[in-house]
Amino acid sequence: MKIVVPVKRTVDPNVKVRISQDGHSMDTRSLKMGMNPFCEIAVEEAIRLKEAGKASAVIVVTVGAAACEDILRHGLGMGADRAILIETELSLQPLAIAKLLKVVVDKEQPDLIISGKQSIDEDNNQTGQMLAALLGWPQGTFASKVELEPNRAMITREVDDGLERLALTLPAVVTTDLRLNQPRYLKLPNIMKAKKMPIERLLASESGIDLRSRLIVQQLAEPTKRSGCMKVQSVAELVNALHNVARVIG
Amino acid sequence: MSILIIAEHDNHTLSPSVLPTVTAARQLGQDISLLVAGYHCEAVAEASARIEGVSRVLVADAAHYQDGLAEELTPLVIQQVNETVRFVLAPSSTFGKNLMPRVAALLDVAQISDIVRIQSADTFVRPLYAGNVLATVQSHDPIKVMTIRTTAFEPAKLVTTAAEQIPVSATPMIGRSILLDRDRSKSDRPELTTARVVVSGGRGLGSAENFRLLEVLADKLGAAIGASRAAVDAGFISNDHQVGQTGKVVAPELYIAIGISGAIQHLAGMKDSKVIVAINKDPDAPIFEMADYGLVADLFQALPELTKALDTLNS
Ligand SMILES: Cc1cc2nc3c(=O)[nH]c(=O)nc-3n(C[C@H](O)[C@H](O)[C@H](O)COP(=O)(O)OP(=O)(O)OC[C@H]3O[C@@H](n4cnc5c(N)ncnc54)[C@H](O)[C@@H]3O)c2cc1C
Repeated sequence: MKIVVPVKRTVDPNVKVRISQDGHSMDTRSLKMGMNPFCEIAVEEAIRLKEAGKASAVIVVTVGAAACEDILRHGLGMGADRAILIETELSLQPLAIAKLLKVVVDKEQPDLIISGKQSIDEDNNQTGQMLAALLGWPQGTFASKVELEPNRAMITREVDDGLERLALTLPAVVTTDLRLNQPRYLKLPNIMKAKKMPIERLLASESGIDLRSRLIVQQLAEPTKRSGCMKVQSVAELVNALHNVARVIG
Repeated sequence: MSILIIAEHDNHTLSPSVLPTVTAARQLGQDISLLVAGYHCEAVAEASARIEGVSRVLVADAAHYQDGLAEELTPLVIQQVNETVRFVLAPSSTFGKNLMPRVAALLDVAQISDIVRIQSADTFVRPLYAGNVLATVQSHDPIKVMTIRTTAFEPAKLVTTAAEQIPVSATPMIGRSILLDRDRSKSDRPELTTARVVVSGGRGLGSAENFRLLEVLADKLGAAIGASRAAVDAGFISNDHQVGQTGKVVAPELYIAIGISGAIQHLAGMKDSKVIVAINKDPDAPIFEMADYGLVADLFQALPELTKALDTLNS
């Protein structure tokens, strides 16, 4: 069983981002970048399935500029067998990315795709579902547990009112939620080994896919700031403020 | 030009998330169809017909629509997108997030997630980077498939005159995904995303047992209970209580954050609350930057005091 894991390069979740001078893009130039946390969970899950003898090969794939090589090497360092870069300088949207990923999936014929449920920059939460739709495959989104059987994947999903368990006929797409696993730390020998592994390259522009943006960002703005915090000295003062000033209780 | 809304429901009751979605739709146009796909879902169709602004309710009743599976619903939604449909909307709940990208991909259009403002028929505002940025985006697609952040729009009203119900034929069953079971967390408390007051706890509570201290306070306030990711990860409370970038978004009149540090991922889910109270023993906790009222205190002391003070207030 082969598993394809699409991954994305994003800013580190702990850094503060700023809007560029032009007001149309984010200024990420000097920020710490890395693999999107949900994608890292996806890689970890695929590797664990391989370690458990349920999968034979794990392929990490990303769509982006040459700089994205670093996250592919990170995936290789975690234990992926192969890495594919679909290279483009364009900043692509989920539909175009799903179409490009489908090119790889059509060629590699995996039984399972595991992707992150959303990327922490654009917060779209779309690519996995779109890829599943284009392939006509079933999907298990927001997974907190994945169990593989020969022809099925049993998925526990985190939904708004609790948990849901699905049985998906393979091949299928799974998107990861935070509680699926805790990704491993890379060991130095694995990092060194990953540095020497080849990265397979495709050019997005040669795919014949329409890569144009469907959504044009007209403006980026910071949300209005809140008015500021009044520090109260005691519970009594707090209750008084909520009751008599803010008038939200009692 | 018409609008199609996909109703979220459990075959018995219509989800409250549909009401703000209708409000958003009314800012786009007048001709609004609400698609109710389910199994023995007459009560839901009935309730849907009484939402102000809904022109008609399309009812698809079949066993394979019972569980709201995206794989089964997608062909049905696509079938309902005729030449006049320009917008397809759903709430930005786990239901909508699961379904709508699938619909958009097969219509070969973008999906626009989590819309908080409708500027015009093709221009929308949505948050990025955990709500640190608001993006105004213009769509060039002929059909706009979008999910609506329900806390950003008022719920539509209910009316006494019912819109017409039109049965629609079911699409064939796909059957490649099957729901095995559901573990619905039951609670007598108000639903988290629509509650007037939310009491939220974080890692500072220390244990599942201590987390129950929040319940006493929530009882007094008629509040829903929220949690940080750390509290959910630690098993203090179930996942459906997580507030934040990757959990639920809430905007109650009063949000009380107790033992929560205020990471941006948490703030993303609650910073549009009207009044925010933070109780934390660390005076430098970032949650205070977002709060209207801050109390620097040990929560194990402050919580019982607060509960008692509310008793006095109520008597
Ligand atoms: C990809 C990603 C997605 C995420 N999504 C979410 C999300 O949706 N929601 C979310 O909440 N988080 C999310 N997080 C996690 C987030 O970054 C923080 O780690 C988390 O919110 C911290 O939870 P906390 O505030 O409860 O814990 P901590 O940060 O550990 O804070 C605990 C606080 O309790 C206070 N405290 C301790 N003891 C006491 C006491 N006795 N009295 C008073 N105060 C006390 C401490 O001073 C501290 O400020 C996400 C992270 C990532 C990387």
